[in-house]
Order: sequence, then structure tokens, then C-alpha cells
Amino acid sequence: MLKIKNLHASVEDKAILRGINLEVKPGEVHAIMGPNGSGKSTLASVIAGKEEYEVTEGQILLNDEDIDELAAEERAHKGIFLSFQYPVEIPGVSVTNFMKTAINETRKAKGLEDMPANEMLKLIREKSELLEIDRKFLSRSLNEGFSGGEKKRNEIFQMAMLEPKLAILDETDSGLDIDALRIVANGVNKLKSKDNAVIVITHYQRLLDYIVPDFVHVLHNGRIVKSGGKELAHELEEKGYDWIKEEVKA
Amino acid sequence: MELKEKLISSFLAFENHVDIDSPIHDVRSEAIKIFETQGFPTKKEEAWKYTSLNSILKHDYSVFPKNENTIEYNDVKKYFIHDIDSYKIVFIDGKYSSHLSQTTHDGIDVCLMSSALNKPKYQLIIQNYFNKIASKDSLTSLNTAFSQEGAYIQIPKNKVVDKPIQIIHFSTGNESALMQQPRNLIVVNENSHVQIIERHQSLTENPVLTNSVTEIFANKRAIIDYYKVQNDNEHASLIDNTFINQKQESHCSVHTFSFGGKLTRNNLNFYQNGERIDSTLKGVTIIGNKQHVDHNTLVHHIEPNCESHQDYKGIFNDSSTGVFNGKVVVNKEAQKTNAFQANNNILVSDKASINTKPQLEIFADDVKCSHGCTIGQLDENAMFYMRSRGIPEKEAKGLLMYAFSNNVLNSVKIPEIKQRITKIIATKLGVNIGFDL
Ligand SMILES: Nc1ncnc2c1ncn2[C@@H]1O[C@H](COP(=O)(O)OP(=O)(O)OP(=O)(O)O)[C@@H](O)[C@H]1O
Ligand SMILES: [Mg+2]
Repeated sequence: MLKIKNLHASVEDKAILRGINLEVKPGEVHAIMGPNGSGKSTLASVIAGKEEYEVTEGQILLNDEDIDELAAEERAHKGIFLSFQYPVEIPGVSVTNFMKTAINETRKAKGLEDMPANEMLKLIREKSELLEIDRKFLSRSLNEGFSGGEKKRNEIFQMAMLEPKLAILDETDSGLDIDALRIVANGVNKLKSKDNAVIVITHYQRLLDYIVPDFVHVLHNGRIVKSGGKELAHELEEKGYDWIKEEVKA
Repeated sequence: MELKEKLISSFLAFENHVDIDSPIHDVRSEAIKIFETQGFPTKKEEAWKYTSLNSILKHDYSVFPKNENTIEYNDVKKYFIHDIDSYKIVFIDGKYSSHLSQTTHDGIDVCLMSSALNKPKYQLIIQNYFNKIASKDSLTSLNTAFSQEGAYIQIPKNKVVDKPIQIIHFSTGNESALMQQPRNLIVVNENSHVQIIERHQSLTENPVLTNSVTEIFANKRAIIDYYKVQNDNEHASLIDNTFINQKQESHCSVHTFSFGGKLTRNNLNFYQNGERIDSTLKGVTIIGNKQHVDHNTLVHHIEPNCESHQDYKGIFNDSSTGVFNGKVVVNKEAQKTNAFQANNNILVSDKASINTKPQLEIFADDVKCSHGCTIGQLDENAMFYMRSRGIPEKEAKGLLMYAFSNNVLNSVKIPEIKQRITKIIATKLGVNIGFDL
């Protein structure tokens, strides 16, 4: 589904990603871990199409199509979804209307009519129940004044509404209390199928207890320096990153 | 002949064809002298530094239209807020149009300035209120000199007016260029409540210049909500001079929606003459091409324990230009004043510009005054966030700009107006917002 080949990206001439290779197949869960500032969020943003970052070398292929030229919204229409590490506050646009617009614009891009209002309501009800989100919440301005945990839960609500093919969850676990973590992880698991894939960016093992990865990658200085199975996450939790940094130097 | 000379010589003809014994004859004569001395304002004056009238003064305007014109309601229905019942005072090329209007004398007066000026039963009100708070600057004086027609609204005590009042001025283009000087007087007595909508609409590509003056008196505990819909075509210019005198515990709000016109200048002045008064001044400006909108506001806090809230948002596209000049004066006696002012702008194009200047003159020591002006582009992170959810750039921009102006719409009390403005904003921003955000 997703193939990243020797990806280099920079911002204002500062190289951040320095040769990433990654392949994600349908049905897989990949975890990306790594020290602060190693480039995890940058990788996520580059995949999602943030124009601020310039791809200087390499390719991102989605179902064998190079997506370099595609705008962020076109990537979204093709099924890429990014759950933001820092969701943006948008005063004056309610969660519901934001989702209605997102869904209908996506349908429009596919040549479909707007979703009928009753169907939309049903979908909103279903997905908000899945994530145990209070309906009152949905009429509030998007992310404005939401607590850290509420913002993250709202990101996954959006994911549930949009049903992406490839979801990238950037530190969705940070800010969530234990109950919320379970609810959110449970939501993600319910959405998982053999046709879609998830990339989970996290610093902690505890999320991976719920969303069990097939592969774990360690990002360091803009490169994937180590990959392994789910046991690698346990090892990192125990030993930190120093041993990997040493390995890289050696 | 220069417009100024033409106006002065027309004045003599005008005074002959109105009543020389009129009680306001002296007021008019004095006013024309002020205009004669001062002339039209130029950029040399501080208050007009960023707004030049040159381009709109060059036309050969008719000052008195020769013919009475009519329009079919169906042709202009869309300019009315037509989905609610309302009183209507409608003018065509400056002349009252009885067939488009719906006035009343039943318990309240919703009628014409010309009757108020000419009929003896209104003489006392004219004596007490006419030209009492209008300033003596040149444009207001010019209007005073020619004041003859406009809306006259008088609400007695303890009356909640049952429906909004719409004041609409149409110009038809029967004159090759038309200058209008509407003059409105609105007196709302104790405990009464009224909602007013004002609109100027040109139906022609011929140049139109409107120099309007409105005096509003809010007596004790009166509530007045005033909506100015400025969505005229790009051949019409408007200089709106509004003066509001508030008494104790009255609440007045003016919302100004500026989406059209060639040049629009709003001189909006609030005078708080009493305690516990609340004044609200809000505006949304969305313009493009070479349009120009200038908001020049004054809130004068004269007595203690009063509030004022100013919130103006502007979105400027193409080569449009904006000005916000907000002056707040707090007298020494006006302790515990709470004055809030915000002016936020988005420049959508590199060629657009805005000059924004708060002016605070505070002579009291126990006051809360805040002001903030921002000029920015759209938030890139918000744009990426929305686009990453599948909302295309153009729609995302529209939604963000709509959301940006949303605060101002929150305080609109007539749902039909809110809806109408929402639609205009959506159209202006080129987005299909098929729902109330
Ligand atoms: N827009 C930008 N301008 C300048 N520097 C940037 C920009 N975006 C990212 N960087 C830099 O790139 C590096 C990688 O940042 P990134 O946010 O991708 O790290 P991360 O791995 O997600 O870290 P964390 O674990 O703290 O979330 C950092 O040094 C960061 O300061
Ligand atoms: Mg990060």
C-alpha cells in the first residue's frame, strides 16, 4: 500500500529526513518510535502532504502511484489520514460541520452526491458512541478549549468518520488517561481490517499493548536505524535509545 | 463646475423650493456656510489620511433628480429581508416610494423626514432632536443643508416594536450621476425596543454618491439594534455618518456589513450620556477588486459604569484597501468604564492593504480598556489541518474566513439577517456553506 523509498525532506534548507525506507502492506500495523526531534512528525506530515516540507530526494508511493505532486486534500481523498500530535484549534467551525464538510468534499472528489442528512446523523451517532464522545461536544468549535485528551479522542473520532486506508497516529496516546487510552485504542482496533493499515507513532509501550504492531521501527536523525517485531518496543521501553545510538555510531 | 460650487449654488435653488419659513431654515443656512468654508475633506486631514474622495467627487452629479421613478417590487425583492414581516421606508433616487413602503402611525411613527420637518405636530420633536448630535464637520453639514428626506422613526415609551423596520434607498440610473443626501432621525423613548435595517442599493452602473446622516436617540433603558447592509455595486459610494446619543441603561448595537460599493466610509459615533450604558459596534468587511472601506468609530464615555464593545473583522482581497480608525474617549468622570476594542484583518492578496489605528484617550483612572489590532494571513497550520481531512484549499480558506467573521454574526439578533449575511459571506468567499456553522 505505502512504499517509501530513500525519502529525504528538508525545511528551509535544513535536512530533517535523510533517507527513509519503509513499506507498509494492507492489514499491517507499524509502530515508529525514536527520540524527540528524530523526525517522526515530519515523516507523518510529509506523507500527509504538508507543503512546508520539501522532498529533496526519494519517493512516496501509494498503491504504486507517486504522490509527490498531490495536494494534502487529494491524499486525503485517496485514504491517507493523519491524527495530529498537536491538533489545531479552529474557532467558529463546529466538530459536526467540519466533519460534514470533510466527508462531502471527499465524496465530491469521488464524483458522489452529498451524503443525505439522515445518513450523516446516523454515522455521527454511531462513531461518537464508538469513541464514547458526548453529543454536546460535537457542536463545540473544533478543538477550541478541548483538553489534551479530548483533542486526541476527537482525532480518532474523525478517523472513524472518514474510514481511511492508511491512518498515521502521531502520539495519539499522549495526553490520554488510562480509560481514554483503552477507548481510543479499542476504536482504532474496531476500524482495522485486512484492507487498511495503521502507522502508530509513540514513545510508549502501553499503547502498543492495545494496538499490537507487526513491525516496530526506530527513527533517529531522520533515518530508520533499526526495525524489528513487537518485542523491539519492549526492549526500548527497558533500555532507552542509547544502545541503538551506539550501534549506529559503530 | 466643481461639485462643491455646484452644491452651493444648488442650495439657493433648494431653499426656494422648500419652505423658507421652515423651522430649520436657519440650521440649513448655517450648515451650508460650514460646508462652504471647509469644503470636502482631503487626505491632509488626519481623519481622512487614508481615504481620498477625489475619484468619487469628479462626476457631474445631479443633486435633485428630475423625475419620479418607480420600480416593481419583484425586481428588487431580493434586496429586502423579505422572509419576515417588517415596516419599510423605501426611497427611489432620494424620493419616497409609497408603493414599496409600509409605514405606520399606529402607536409609533415610522414615516418620513419630510413630514416630520413640515407638519406642525412634529415641530417639538424636531426642535428637541434635529441636528442636536450630528457633528459640524463638512460632510455632515452638507447633509444638514440639504436635509429634506429620509426616515423618521419615533417610538414612545414602553413599546417593543413588533417587527423590524427596513430603510432602503434605491438609485435607478435615470440620472447619469446622482448624489443623495438622506437624513434620518430616530427617537426611541424609555424602555422601548426597536430593530432597524438600513441598505443603500444602486441598480445602475451610473455613479451614485450617498452622503447619509442618521441621528439616533436612545432614551433610558431603550434597546436599539441597528444593521447596516452595505453590499452595493462597484459604481456606488457611501459616506455614512451616524450619531447615537444614549441615556442611562440603554443598549445600542450597530452591525455594519460591508461587502460592496466602490468607496464606503462609516463615521459611527456613540455618545454615552448616562450610567450603565452598553454600546456595541461590530463589523464584517469583505471586499476585493479596488474597493475601499473605511471604519471611523468614536465611543465617548462620559459617565461612570458603562461599557463599549467594538469588534471589527476585515478580509481584503485583490487590490482592496481598508481603514479602521477606532477612537475611544473616557472622560475623567467616567470611572469603572469597560471599553473593549478589537480589529482583526486578513489580507488574502499581496496587493491588498489595511491601515488600522486605535486611538485611546483615557482621562479616568479606574477603567478597563483593551484594544488589539491584528493583520495576518490565514493560519497555515489550520489550513493544513483542514486539507488533510479532504477539504480543498479554496473551501478550507472560505471556511476559515467564514469562521473568522463568525463572532460578529453571533450577536445578530434577527435570524433572517444572520442567514442572509451568512449567504453573502459564503458567496463572497466562493464557498458553498449550505448550513449554519
Ligand atoms: N517547520 C519546521 N521548521 C524548522 N524546523 C523544523 C520544522 N519542523 C520540524 N523541524 C525540526 O525537525 C526536527 C524533527 O522534528 P519532528 O517534529 O519531526 O520530531 P519528532 O520526532 O516528531 O519529535 P517528538 O518526539 O518530540 O514529537 C526537529 O529538530 C524540529 O525542530
Ligand atoms: Mg512528533
